[in-house]
Amino acid sequence: MTGLPFLSLAIWIPILGGLLVLATGSDRNAPLARVLALFVAIAGFVVTLPLFTLFDVSTSAMQFAEVLPWIPRFNINYHLGVDGLSVMFILLNAFVTVIVVIAGWQVIQEKVAQYMAAFLIMSGLMNGIFAALDAVLFYTFFEASLIPLYLVIGIWGGPNRVYAAIKFFLYTLLGSLLMLVAMLYLFMEAGGSFNILDWHQLPLGMDAQTLIFWAFLAAFAVKVPMWPVHTWLPDAHVEAPTGGSVVLAAIALKLGAYGFLRFSLPIVPDAAHALAPMMIVLSLIAVIYIGFVALVQTDMKKLVAYSSIAHMGFVTLGFFMFNQVGLEGAIVQAISHGFVSAAMFLCIGVLYDRMHSRNIADYGGVVKTMPKFAAFFMLFSMANAGLPGTSGFVGEFMVVLGAVQFNFWVGFGAAITLILGAAYTLWMYKRVIFGAVANDRVAALEDIGGREFLFLSILALCVLAMGLYPFPFTEVMHASVSELLRHVAVSKL
Amino acid sequence: MNFVIPDFYPAAAEIFVAVMALVIMLATTFARSIARSLAYYLTQLTLIGAAFVTIATMDGQVSFTFSNMFISDLMGDFLKLVIYFTVATALLYGRGYLADRNIDRPEYYLLSLLMTLGMMVMVTSNHLLPLYIGLEMMSLSLYGMVAFDRDSARSTEAAMKYFVLGALASGLLLYGMSMVYGATGSLELSGIAQSIYHQAANKTVLLFGLVFLLAGIAFKLGVVPFHMWVPDVYQGAPTAVTLMVSSAPKLAAFAMAMRLLVYGLFELAEQWQSMLMFMAVLSIILGNLAAIAQSNIKRMLAYSGISHMGFVLLGLLSGVVDGDRHFALNAYSSAMFYAIAYVIMTLASFGMVLLLSRAGFEAENIDDFKGLNKRSSWFAALMMITMFSMAGIPFFIGFFAKLAVLQAVVAAGYVWLAVLAVLMSVVGAYYYLRVVKMMYFDEPVDTAPLRAPAGVRVLLSANGLAVAVLGLLPQGLMSLCAYALLASL
Repeated sequence: MTGLPFLSLAIWIPILGGLLVLATGSDRNAPLARVLALFVAIAGFVVTLPLFTLFDVSTSAMQFAEVLPWIPRFNINYHLGVDGLSVMFILLNAFVTVIVVIAGWQVIQEKVAQYMAAFLIMSGLMNGIFAALDAVLFYTFFEASLIPLYLVIGIWGGPNRVYAAIKFFLYTLLGSLLMLVAMLYLFMEAGGSFNILDWHQLPLGMDAQTLIFWAFLAAFAVKVPMWPVHTWLPDAHVEAPTGGSVVLAAIALKLGAYGFLRFSLPIVPDAAHALAPMMIVLSLIAVIYIGFVALVQTDMKKLVAYSSIAHMGFVTLGFFMFNQVGLEGAIVQAISHGFVSAAMFLCIGVLYDRMHSRNIADYGGVVKTMPKFAAFFMLFSMANAGLPGTSGFVGEFMVVLGAVQFNFWVGFGAAITLILGAAYTLWMYKRVIFGAVANDRVAALEDIGGREFLFLSILALCVLAMGLYPFPFTEVMHASVSELLRHVAVSKL
Repeated sequence: MNFVIPDFYPAAAEIFVAVMALVIMLATTFARSIARSLAYYLTQLTLIGAAFVTIATMDGQVSFTFSNMFISDLMGDFLKLVIYFTVATALLYGRGYLADRNIDRPEYYLLSLLMTLGMMVMVTSNHLLPLYIGLEMMSLSLYGMVAFDRDSARSTEAAMKYFVLGALASGLLLYGMSMVYGATGSLELSGIAQSIYHQAANKTVLLFGLVFLLAGIAFKLGVVPFHMWVPDVYQGAPTAVTLMVSSAPKLAAFAMAMRLLVYGLFELAEQWQSMLMFMAVLSIILGNLAAIAQSNIKRMLAYSGISHMGFVLLGLLSGVVDGDRHFALNAYSSAMFYAIAYVIMTLASFGMVLLLSRAGFEAENIDDFKGLNKRSSWFAALMMITMFSMAGIPFFIGFFAKLAVLQAVVAAGYVWLAVLAVLMSVVGAYYYLRVVKMMYFDEPVDTAPLRAPAGVRVLLSANGLAVAVLGLLPQGLMSLCAYALLASL
């Protein structure tokens, strides 16, 4: 392993690069801002590659660790490190950032520098969340990442953007502030340590565990989002610009899922076991009920937003069955959802840029005018529905397998989503793409250009690669998942 | 009776400021043609000079002089330095505003210097009388400054309200002091502490006195239920004066609370803590809820200030748990850190309001911030940083101030109080977000370019960046606060 601090680079290259992009100023320098942003995004992605290639899959210990004192007064350290649970999220995030920059290339014409900078800074902050091993450091990244997304939704969003932005911000803030109190409590209990790894070993009584579990749940359930605190997500998605939706779905939702793995399960295992039935029921409601809700949507973006909630329900379901295949399946599902939902939102963005409508009813027969696009959209819709051979299948299948191991009826409930998912996705696809050409505007559509072809084909490759050969993805997380399950099985009482 | 010449050395800074105030008074009378600039520059020079004198006489020791009436310790020196800095910044930000309204008369600078002197006396007094004199000196100067725009009915009304309520609060404070004196037989803070420690004081009278003392402190801090004056005075006073009222006096009031409660009445900590808790809870709830309804940014910041002072009280009330004083240093230094962080943020936010005002136009409504990003993305970014910092979002100083205070609260075992405080912070985030929304999401209604002298621009930028930089690296200021209190606890 080389001595470069790859995690710090992955965090600070995008942030500092983002500030540099911001410094290009007004829209007269927009071309410069775009090129610079792309350069920074690619550089940010390149420095994350060693995290994958140099990753030691045989151990569950933290790798690429960096420790520096930050606020010694409260024993807060700049402590970074990744294990099998987090490393893939960093790669995904850096990758999606590149896609977002390319996707916003022509679409965004106003305040280009600020737009690009917001996404770059957000990317760095989110890498920080996945890499932080100090609770305060985690929390600062976790909260700070709200600011760029708030601005992205509010500045470049749709007509109801202000409402959506403020709702998004306050919902997530409420959850995370309760988590902050729990963290301060753990700090006291741990004898003045904010080190997350110390907290994993900290014995705690059942009452304390339950309260802490609820506090963490408030933060992470809102982020995931779980039913019934999901209502901010459709609003935020519908109003956000395409890039915002992509980052929101692909990365921001994963923060909640990751939080369960890093905090809830290992720190309060007994409470997690005790409350697992509730979590499973909530997840199943998200999977089934939200699936039905998605079915009746008339707005494409809203439909995909609801489908995101259903897919994330699968992720939380996998976490709380405490078996290897379920947990690994959940993480695979989370990463796959990162690719698929990003692709779905980009496809809708492609249509929206041309028609300025997200209404399913305004479309029909798009295949006649945009054949190349229809092919891509087909692939991603199939992945969203969980077709074997695409990444969507692997995760869902593993989670259903885990659920059946756990309890047949839970598995049965989870499997319903495969039908529902296919129903809402393919029905939307049919109405938008097939049939007679709906109106003159559809007839006048132009097929995708080189730039759009580029990012859609990259994503298509990822979706297929992950679907056909998922081994490299599961191999990375295997040791860490085993260790987590071993840890969770031991009572802390 | 022997007359002993007191040791003037520890009080050198106070004497320097007092002498300079007289010099400025005389100088501006004789040099009428340049009186305004002369007064301004001499005042700034005096503040800089006072900082040098304070640093030069700072020796890290606790020393007393003037028959133990005057205490010189690190906490006092540190707070004094922050106060000079705050007043100097407020004068710089406000100068253009006052000149535009033709009220930048030499008396204004003189009053602000006398106010500074009053605060210095408050910060360094070890005796109830100088404490009271310092408080009155500060308050009377402030009343005058609030009324400085004498042709404005609103300012006059605000000053009247401030004066009447302030005089009432001073009366309460004085009454409390007399009871404490009656119960303990001492006006000197250490004497009071000794007397209570030896069980020599009448507890009933003492507790009554304590209630009145707290009322006086609460009035100066501006916490519920003694907050009525805050929104009206903030709104009515000329913005430059609002900046003055909202910044340095909070530090002086904090110092007064420390001297009276911690140095004098520490033995009664359990009693005053429960009273402070009552006030802190009400302030945080009322301040945040009332701020939502405001359309005037000065009123909004006033209510937000009330809730911030509630947070300072949270730090002060976490010092002693079941007689255990182990947490005291941590708790009080977190309160001090919060107060200083608040002052830095309030300077930046009112500085921005001043920047938007110009001759014939008062930037008063939150609407005036509409589209600031289009007019100046740099200052919009600074204001955004300040607003997020006030809302307690990392990586800004406001977050670490909240973190420190909440940590002290949780350590003292009041988890419910921490939960309440964070829930109200979410409410608070709403109105700060609204300002950001105005700046970034809305189109500008007023497109006049921002005009300000280079000095204001540079200092305001530094001020805004300090909110961010001290947030990224809060360790220095946090340790300073702890170190300043360490010697005297």
